[in-house]
Amino acid sequence: MFYFILKRIALLVPIFFGVTLMAFGFIRMLPGDPVAALAGERDMTPERHAEIMVKLGLDKPVWQQYLDYIWNLLHGDFGTSVLTNRPILDEFLELFPATIELGLTAMILAVVIGVPIGIFAAVKRGTIYDQGIMGISLVGYSMPIFWWGLLLIILFGGIWGLTPISGRISFLFDVETVTGFLLIDTLLSGEEGAFASAMHHMILPTIVLGTIPLAIIARQTRSAMLEVLSEDYVRTARAKGLSPLRVYGLHALRNAMITVITVIGLQVGTLMAGAILTETIFSWPGIGKWIIFSVFSRDYYAVQGGLVLIAMIIMSVNLVVDLLYGLINPRIMHTSS
Amino acid sequence: MDPAVDAPRKSMLRQNLAEFWYYFSESKSAVVGLAFLVGIILMAIFADFIAPHDPTIQYRECLEHAPAWGEDKCNFIFGTDYAGRDMLSRIIHGTRLSLVAGGIVVILCLSIGIVFGLVAGFFRGWVDTAIMRIMDTIMSVPGLLMALVLVAILGPGLLNAMIAISITYLPHFVRLTRSSYITESSKEYVIASKVAGAGRFRIMFITILPNCMAPLIVQGTLSFSTAILDTAALGFLGMGAQPPAPEWGTLIAENRDLMLSAPWTVTFPGLAILLAVLAINLMGDGLRDALDPKMKRS
Repeated sequence: MFYFILKRIALLVPIFFGVTLMAFGFIRMLPGDPVAALAGERDMTPERHAEIMVKLGLDKPVWQQYLDYIWNLLHGDFGTSVLTNRPILDEFLELFPATIELGLTAMILAVVIGVPIGIFAAVKRGTIYDQGIMGISLVGYSMPIFWWGLLLIILFGGIWGLTPISGRISFLFDVETVTGFLLIDTLLSGEEGAFASAMHHMILPTIVLGTIPLAIIARQTRSAMLEVLSEDYVRTARAKGLSPLRVYGLHALRNAMITVITVIGLQVGTLMAGAILTETIFSWPGIGKWIIFSVFSRDYYAVQGGLVLIAMIIMSVNLVVDLLYGLINPRIMHTSS
Repeated sequence: MDPAVDAPRKSMLRQNLAEFWYYFSESKSAVVGLAFLVGIILMAIFADFIAPHDPTIQYRECLEHAPAWGEDKCNFIFGTDYAGRDMLSRIIHGTRLSLVAGGIVVILCLSIGIVFGLVAGFFRGWVDTAIMRIMDTIMSVPGLLMALVLVAILGPGLLNAMIAISITYLPHFVRLTRSSYITESSKEYVIASKVAGAGRFRIMFITILPNCMAPLIVQGTLSFSTAILDTAALGFLGMGAQPPAPEWGTLIAENRDLMLSAPWTVTFPGLAILLAVLAINLMGDGLRDALDPKMKRS
């Protein structure tokens, strides 16, 4: 097991250097004068220009700049935002809980609905139920989610007036930030109606962000189940006269879950990409909206830092999924060592 | 070429195509998807004749006009946008941009991906390691974020969006080519052609590559649909095609402020994206079933 973990971590080292090299190169490949782009100032005097160049370390050789950059990263220094003059890491950590909160609820929605309907479709293979579920999930998979979000806003927010269409909570509430997770913070604050308001604001973004993972999970659960259902042990279980619930729920599902868990883990990247669009549509104050804002306001250190941080988060999640996969499927670990 | 050699080759191709069509047409939804896609392609080609109006002409007396037909003036089936332009005509012309964007992304990915994949598979060693680590790096960042960063470097615009999206999809094609190349390269027919004295490039491109094409075609089809989605997403974020180009995502972005007062300006372009992507995905599912030997019930 230890060897297995070590090997997986060793695989990440080159990718870490790849990502940092890419992020480092990003700033240097920007069109125009990097000093002007990074300092966000125009019409600088030559003295000021030289001063900033030294301050940003742009006067050193490129390889040294890269080493400095890595050194800073390893010490938690992801640079400073040109716009707010605050450390990128602080800004990121401040906004990140909002993104996790939304990502988690979307993922819960996707799993809670996707896994059961996938199993149902597999068990009822070839029937109208199966075709219906697969048809709808293909529509979900093909959905341009930014349009889906606007459509829901038009219907639920505009025409029917059922849900709020932007932000995380009604402006009437002023909830103290403790964990950054608004659902928890509103409960802690004890303010009446605050939790309900936060929940109310989550409905549409959760549906929008959860749609594509839901469709993928439903499709993959179905195919994993179909594969398992044709195995001998399932036939044996059925022949023994076990109840369908026991056959599907215990014998088949447990083995199908191996695939399903991997698929769920792989959705983290999809969620991050989806968060960019979902947060933009719903003015959700998370990482996705922040990145877009940074790109548009040419806050390139923020974009660079965000890129590295997001890549590192996805790498860690994938590592955990890999290890979990080895844990629940012992066949993997034995073949690798 | 010697006709005696050429004839059996042609008939084999015909036989393969017939077999493919047999499996493909078993799935009705795939055929529907294909038919719809052909329809969209025809619409894109003949956009100038099909579109009832010029997509750029502004009918100032019909600003934000709701969908209507049979009226005296302002006869716009899909309504007009904030500048009084006909939505239907803009969407029809937008088909061109989306299909061309998707097509170019797939062509770029296939051509570059195959070359890198073959090189990695053929040379192995450090060349392989270097190529695959670069691909891992690209894959470690979510596609849309990667595309955004690349567009920030290249500058917004449809062409740059296509290049950026191609780079983010490239790893899938490289990995696929490499792995099927490695599987194929140890098979007997390859050894036979090596013994017969075939050169390096002949083995790579003529002996092995055709046998790696099936998964690549499926991947290409699926990437075609996601490329249309991502092009639209970049357009929506203002980093893809720039107004007044009637790209579907850009159409949604430029009418977003009107979405509550004139919902048709946002609804129809999105529906167009959804239907096009859905058709291609339906076809892609059918292609996979028809081309994947594991799924064949022979």
